[in-house]
Amino acid sequence: MMPITAEIMFVIPELALLGLACLVLVCDAFSTSPNKLLTYWLAQISLAVVIFLVIYLSPGDSVSVFHHHFILDPLSALLKVTVCAATIVVFLYSYHYFNERGLLQGEYFVLGLFAVLGMLVMISAYSMLTVYLGLELMSLSLYAMVAMNKESGTASEAAMKYFILGALASGLLLYGISILYGASGTLVLPELATYISSQADNRIAFIFGLVFVVVGIAFKLGAVPFHSWLPDVYEGSPTAVTLFLAGAPKVAAFAMAIRLLIDGMLPLHVDWQGMLIILSLLSMAVGNIIAISQTNIKRMLAYSAIAHAGFLLLGILPGLQISLGASYAGALFYVIAYVIMSMGAFGFIILSGRKGHEADQLDDFKGLAEASPWFAFIMLLFMFSLAGVPPFLGFWAKWFVIKEVIAIGYIWLAVLAVIFSVVGAYYYLRIVKLMFFDKPETRPEIGASRQVRVMVSLNGLAVLVLGFAPGELIRICTTVLGL
Amino acid sequence: MVPALPLLSLLIWVPILGGLLILYAGDRQRESIKLFSLLVSIIVFSLSALLYLRFDTSTALMQFVEYSEWIDTFNINYHLGVDGISVPLILLTTFTTVLVVIAGWEVIKTRLSQYMASFLILEGLMNGVFVSQDAILFYFFWEAMLIPMFLIIGVWGGPRRVYATIKFFLYTFLGSVFMLVALLYLYSKMGSFYIPDLYKLPLSLAAQKWIFIAFLLAFAVKIPMWPVHTWLPDAHVEAPTGGSVILAAIMLKMGGYGFIRFSLPIVPDASAALADLMIILSLIAIVYIGFVALVQQDMKKLIAYSSVSHMGFVTLGLFIVFSIINPAQPNTGAVMGLAGAMMQMISHGLISAALFLCVGVMYDRMHSRQISDYGGVANTMPVFAAFMMLFAMANAGLPGTSGFVGEFLVIMSSFRANVWIAVIAATVLILGAAYTLWMYKRVIFGDVANERVAGLQDISRRETLILLLLAVAVLFLGLWPAPLFELMDATLNHLVEHISQSKIT
Repeated sequence: MMPITAEIMFVIPELALLGLACLVLVCDAFSTSPNKLLTYWLAQISLAVVIFLVIYLSPGDSVSVFHHHFILDPLSALLKVTVCAATIVVFLYSYHYFNERGLLQGEYFVLGLFAVLGMLVMISAYSMLTVYLGLELMSLSLYAMVAMNKESGTASEAAMKYFILGALASGLLLYGISILYGASGTLVLPELATYISSQADNRIAFIFGLVFVVVGIAFKLGAVPFHSWLPDVYEGSPTAVTLFLAGAPKVAAFAMAIRLLIDGMLPLHVDWQGMLIILSLLSMAVGNIIAISQTNIKRMLAYSAIAHAGFLLLGILPGLQISLGASYAGALFYVIAYVIMSMGAFGFIILSGRKGHEADQLDDFKGLAEASPWFAFIMLLFMFSLAGVPPFLGFWAKWFVIKEVIAIGYIWLAVLAVIFSVVGAYYYLRIVKLMFFDKPETRPEIGASRQVRVMVSLNGLAVLVLGFAPGELIRICTTVLGL
Repeated sequence: MVPALPLLSLLIWVPILGGLLILYAGDRQRESIKLFSLLVSIIVFSLSALLYLRFDTSTALMQFVEYSEWIDTFNINYHLGVDGISVPLILLTTFTTVLVVIAGWEVIKTRLSQYMASFLILEGLMNGVFVSQDAILFYFFWEAMLIPMFLIIGVWGGPRRVYATIKFFLYTFLGSVFMLVALLYLYSKMGSFYIPDLYKLPLSLAAQKWIFIAFLLAFAVKIPMWPVHTWLPDAHVEAPTGGSVILAAIMLKMGGYGFIRFSLPIVPDASAALADLMIILSLIAIVYIGFVALVQQDMKKLIAYSSVSHMGFVTLGLFIVFSIINPAQPNTGAVMGLAGAMMQMISHGLISAALFLCVGVMYDRMHSRQISDYGGVANTMPVFAAFMMLFAMANAGLPGTSGFVGEFLVIMSSFRANVWIAVIAATVLILGAAYTLWMYKRVIFGDVANERVAGLQDISRRETLILLLLAVAVLFLGLWPAPLFELMDATLNHLVEHISQSKIT
C-alpha cells in the first residue's frame, strides 16, 4: 500500500487536465477578443501537456492505486494518448468550423476538455464506481456540446434525444452495477472477477447484472438495438461536434467495455460472448443496410458508425484466450483505426462546407474530382479504407478482428462479418462514384482555411501510410496487452 | 543465382511510382505525360524481359527471392519470388500494359494523366499478385487492384458504366473476402502465411472442402466461371478499350493463377474430390456460353462471352488433371493438361486483347459496337480487316495460331480422362468458329453497309503497331510454343507430383 501522496503521482495527468480546463474557463471568461485565439491555443496546449504527462509518467507495467479504484497500465496509456491526440485534431477542425460561421464560443473548448477528462477517468477506471464517474462526466459534457448552436432546432432536438436516452442508458448501467455490487460485495473489478469465479454454481445474479452492463456499453457504442439516438444526434449536431462524437468517445466506450467485461467479468466470458454476438450481428446488418438508403452524408456515416461498432464488438468477443492466441488486440487496433478514418471523413465534410452551405447532402459531392482532384483523392482513401479494402488502414483493422474471431473458432461469424462488409462497401463506393463519375451540378468549391486543408491531407496520408506499414501499430496493440 | 537487381520489387514499384508522378504532374502537358507513361511501361517490360532471360528453367524452386519482414507480430513478410507459372503471366502483364498505353494515345480526351496513372498503378499491383509468396501480401495486391479498375471503368466507361463498375467491384470483392477467411483459417492452423508452408499443412477432407469452396468463390468470380460470370459482359461492354484489354488479358488470368497457386496445392484432396463438379461447370461454360455468344448483337459483349467460354478451357485443363493422375505412371498427361491450361491463359490474353483493340479501333471511328451498324468494312479498311481476320481465326482456334495450342492440349488430356468430356469440349472449336467468324463476316465482309462505313479511314501507324505486335506474338506462340513450355515445365512437373500425394491426416 502506497502513501496517498505517492498515489497522487499516478493521477497527475488527470489533475493537470482538470486544472488546465479550469484555467481555460477563466481565461475565456475574461478574454474579450472575438476570435478566441487564446482559449483555443490554451486548450490545445493543455491536451499536448496531458499527452506528455501520460507518456512521461506511464509506469510501464500495471499499477492500481486508490484502493484499486484506478489503474495505470500500458493499455490505458495508449488509449489516453489516442483520445487526447484525436481531440487536438478535432479542436483544430472545430475552431475553423465555428469561426467561419460566427458561432465561436469558448465553452466548446472547455466542455471538450471536461469530456476528455471524463474519458481519461473511464480509461483508467478499475472499479465500477470510477467507470460510472468518468462516463457521466463525459456524457454530460457531450450533451451540452451537441446543443452548442442554440439557434438550431435540429441541434436542440438532437441534444434532447441524446440526453434522455443517455440518461436511461446510464440508469440501466448503474442498475446493473448495483446488482453486481449487491451480489459480490465489491466494486473493484478484479475482485469482482475473483468472486465470480469462486461462485461457479451460483451465477444467475451476476448474469442478471451483466445484462444491464452490456446494455449500457451497447448504448454508448451505438450498437443495435440501442442505436436509435445515433443517426439523429450525428445529423443534428454541428459537424464539428459530430466529428468529436465519432472519435474519442468511441475509444472511451471501448475502454469501458474492456474494463467491465474483461477485467471485471472474464469468468462470465461465455455469457457475454453470446450477447456480443447478437449485438454485433444486428449492428452490422442494420447499420450497413440502412446506410444504403441515406441521402445525408452525416446520417450515412452515422449508420456506418453503427456497423463499425458491430465490428468492434466482434473484436472484443475473443476476450483473452492466450492458449488459442486470441485476444481483443484486434478490437484495440480497430478502434484506433476507426478514429483515424472517421475523423478524416467528418473532417472532409467540414472542409467542403462553408458558411451557409453545410455540404452534408450526398449530392453536394457530385463531380468533386474535377473541381478539386486532390481532396477527392483523399476522400477516396477514406471511403475505401472504411470499406476495408487494401492497401488502406481499414483493411488491417478488419483483417485483425477477423483473424482473432477465427482463432477462437467462430468461422461462421467471420463469414457473416465479411459478407456484411461487402454490403457496406456499396455505400462507400457510392460516394466515390458521386465524386469521380458524376458531373457537378453546382461547382463545389473548397473554401476552407489552410490548416483544415493540411489536416485533412495529413489524415488521408496517414490512412495510406498506415495501410502500407501497419506493423508498428499492430505491434503496439499487442504489446500493450502484454502478449 | 544472385540477381544484381531486386527485379521483382522493381516490377511492382517502378510502375506505381511512375503512376504517382504522373498524377502529381496533372493534365498540363499532355504530350510529355504520354511519352513518360510509354517510357515507364517500356522500362517495366524490359525489366520483365530481363527476368525472363535470367530465369533458370531447370528448377521448380522460387527464384529471384526477396525477403524482408513486414508485420513481424504475425509473421507476415514481404516475400517475393517467381516460378515458371508466374513468369509468363508477368510477361503478359507488362506487354499488355505497353499496348494499352499506346492504345490510349489519342483516344482519351479527358483526365489523361489519371488514365495513364491508373493503368501504370494497376500494372504494378498485378505484378505484385504474380510475385507474392506471402498469402497476405498476395491478398493485399489482389484487392488493391480493384480500385484502379473501378475508376477506369467508372470514369472513362460507356453510358452504363456506373452500374457495370459497381457490379464488378462488389462481385469480385464478395468472392475475395471468402478467400481471406480461408487464409486466416489456415494461419490459425499453421501460424504462417508463407504459401509453400501452407502446401505442407495436413488437413482433413472436410476442412479441405470448405477451404476449396472459399477459394473457389474468389477465383471462380475472377475467371469467371459459369454461373458467376454475369459481371463480365457488363464490365467489358462499359469499360474503355484499355480497360477491357487489361480485364480480359490479365485480370481473368488471376483466377486461373489462383487455382494453380492456392487451390490445387493447398487442398489437393478436395480438388480431386470436387474435380467432377469443376469439370461440369467448365463444360457448361464452354458450351452454353458459347451459344450465348452466338446471339450477341454487341461486338464487345460477344468477345466477353467468348472469353468466358475460353476460360472454361482453362478450368477444364486444371481439373481434368485429377482424372489422369496415376501414381504408378509418369504424369505426362497431367502435366499436359496443366500446360494446356496455362497456354490457353496466355494465348487468350493475347487474342482477347487483340480483339478488344480491334473493336476499339472501329468504335473510335463509328462510336458504335453494334454488329448491325457495320458491314463491308474490308472495302474501306483493308489492312485492319487483314489483322482482324488473323485474330478472329486465332480465337476460333486455327492451327498455327496460339489459340490452337492450348485448346488442343486440353482436349488431348481430356481424351485420357474421358472421351465424352473431350467430345463436348471439342464442340467449342465449332462454336468458337461459328460466333467469331459469323461476327467477322457481318462486320467486315459484304457490301458497304452505310455512308459512315464508306467514310472510314484505315488504321493509323499507331494502331498498326499495336496490332502488329500482337499478331507477331499470336503467331509466334502458335508456331513455336516450345519456349513457353520450357519455362513452365519444371514447375508444372513439381506441381503434379505435389498434388498427386494426399494431404489428409
